[in-house]
Amino acid sequence: MTTALSIRDLRKVYGNGFEALKGISLDVQQGDFFALLGPNGAGKSTTLGIVSSLVNKTSGSVSVFGYDLETHLSQAKKCLGVVPQEFNFNQFEKVLDIVVNQAGYYGIARKDALQRAEFYLGKLGLWEKRNQTSRMLSGGMKRRLMIARALVHSPKLLILDEPTAGVDIELRRSMWEFLQEINAAGTTIILTTHYLEEAESLCRNIAIIDQGAIVKNTSIRSLLQQLNTETFLLDLSPTPAESFALDGYEVELVDGHTVQVEVEKSQGLTPVFVQLRERGFEVTSMRNKANRLEELFVSLVDKNLEQQPA
Amino acid sequence: MNSQELFIAFWTIVTKEIRRFTRIWAQTMLPPAITMTLYFVIFGNLIGSRIGDMGGFDYMEYIVPGLIMMSVITNSYGNVVSSFFGTKFQRNIEELLVSPIPNWIILSGYVVGGVARGLAVGLIVTMLSLFFTDLQVQNLMVTVSVVFLTAVLFSLGGFINAAYANSFDDIAIIPTFVLTPLTYLGGVFYSIQLLPEFWQNVSLLNPILYMVNTFRFGILGVSDISIGFAFAMILIFIAALFTYALHLLNCGKGIRN
Repeated sequence: MTTALSIRDLRKVYGNGFEALKGISLDVQQGDFFALLGPNGAGKSTTLGIVSSLVNKTSGSVSVFGYDLETHLSQAKKCLGVVPQEFNFNQFEKVLDIVVNQAGYYGIARKDALQRAEFYLGKLGLWEKRNQTSRMLSGGMKRRLMIARALVHSPKLLILDEPTAGVDIELRRSMWEFLQEINAAGTTIILTTHYLEEAESLCRNIAIIDQGAIVKNTSIRSLLQQLNTETFLLDLSPTPAESFALDGYEVELVDGHTVQVEVEKSQGLTPVFVQLRERGFEVTSMRNKANRLEELFVSLVDKNLEQQPA
Repeated sequence: MNSQELFIAFWTIVTKEIRRFTRIWAQTMLPPAITMTLYFVIFGNLIGSRIGDMGGFDYMEYIVPGLIMMSVITNSYGNVVSSFFGTKFQRNIEELLVSPIPNWIILSGYVVGGVARGLAVGLIVTMLSLFFTDLQVQNLMVTVSVVFLTAVLFSLGGFINAAYANSFDDIAIIPTFVLTPLTYLGGVFYSIQLLPEFWQNVSLLNPILYMVNTFRFGILGVSDISIGFAFAMILIFIAALFTYALHLLNCGKGIRN
């Protein structure tokens, strides 16, 4: 299988001496939907900035579809589409011009660029807004505009740095569908996000970066298998008068009618329901306290923090 | 990128730049037209009629080439400095940085955009001047080439200014405190033959003097300085500024971390 992105011993030390990346190595395979997660300041944006030529590296190497950024920069850039975290288009330019100009920067003739712009703006629900200046768009539309702009030259690798930040749930879901569609059509996608539900829903593989180092690089499935305990919130009827215990489970009364139950992977949920019924309670609803990936993410990042020298 | 793709990328930047300054024509094309008309009326007609001849020509005839050149210099410089700094400020420079366009194409695109505005404004001012005086071009080749090279030179200057600029104040400092005084002291309104010998020699250190006088030579056929030397100076400055501006782009000055 072809490697879409290969990063080797990548280091970045900023002018003020801050070491943002401490020699990370990472491979993303062609066709993958890959999540790069990490807390704020972990080095995600620096990594993606170096890959997309917006940040100068200190040392190490990066290649995109086999094209090294040092020796074959132009070919590597042609394979890349970038959707940055912050809006970075001319606020006074028209929507259509932004997309068509971007195609022009890749050497695509205007006639072809107009057809591509119509296709992607249409797909992302912006064709009706094509003659508006970009500053007139809503936040969600601006995000979609950046995606259309990044796709106009048909890149083989699409990098999205928090593409759904500040986007409402309905729009986020429709963007997920669109991204899944283009991934299924063959575009490799690398995504950073703070919505771990997003990574869990969309991505097959994941790397967690913290304090400039990769602390985990595996498939989402195998990562989730490492989760030993899940926490459930159960709404009960009738309302429990006081806290109570269940054999083999940690239970905590959260509020008047909700209890929190810790369930280990080996235990299962049936005994919980049985014991509750024996006590005369019906479970009216049940939900995870936190996203499963979120629990793992927090535990991995916390562990990494504890291992750092004081 | 092959040569056709390079040309499309270059032309995309050029047309974007031209669309930008024509879209905001009230800020870019109208003010120099008004200012220069006032110069023609006040300095050329009202005061000029009392001054008499300058360098063997009617004062209005004498100052018109200088005023045209002044508008070319300020507009070519102003176009690139404001456009490129705006691109940095709004971060849409990243659109260019992630694309496969070589840096020399980016630089050339912005410079040609600056040249286009410089020449457009120069043409407007020239047409306005025809309401006040008859222009008989003595040497078309010299006239066209010097105005083009001057626009290139000051577009490059504007690019370097924008690369270093961190705020809107930074893009106003050089035009206000360097460009305007050098232009006014560059023989736009007078012949340096009027100055004492010491100040004549000081004036020869002003690069704008060479451009204004070469342009005046093209139109009127008179100059305070050697035309060959002036062209050599302009070409050397262009080569030096282009190399330096490209170096700033290559190392990412003000645009990459």
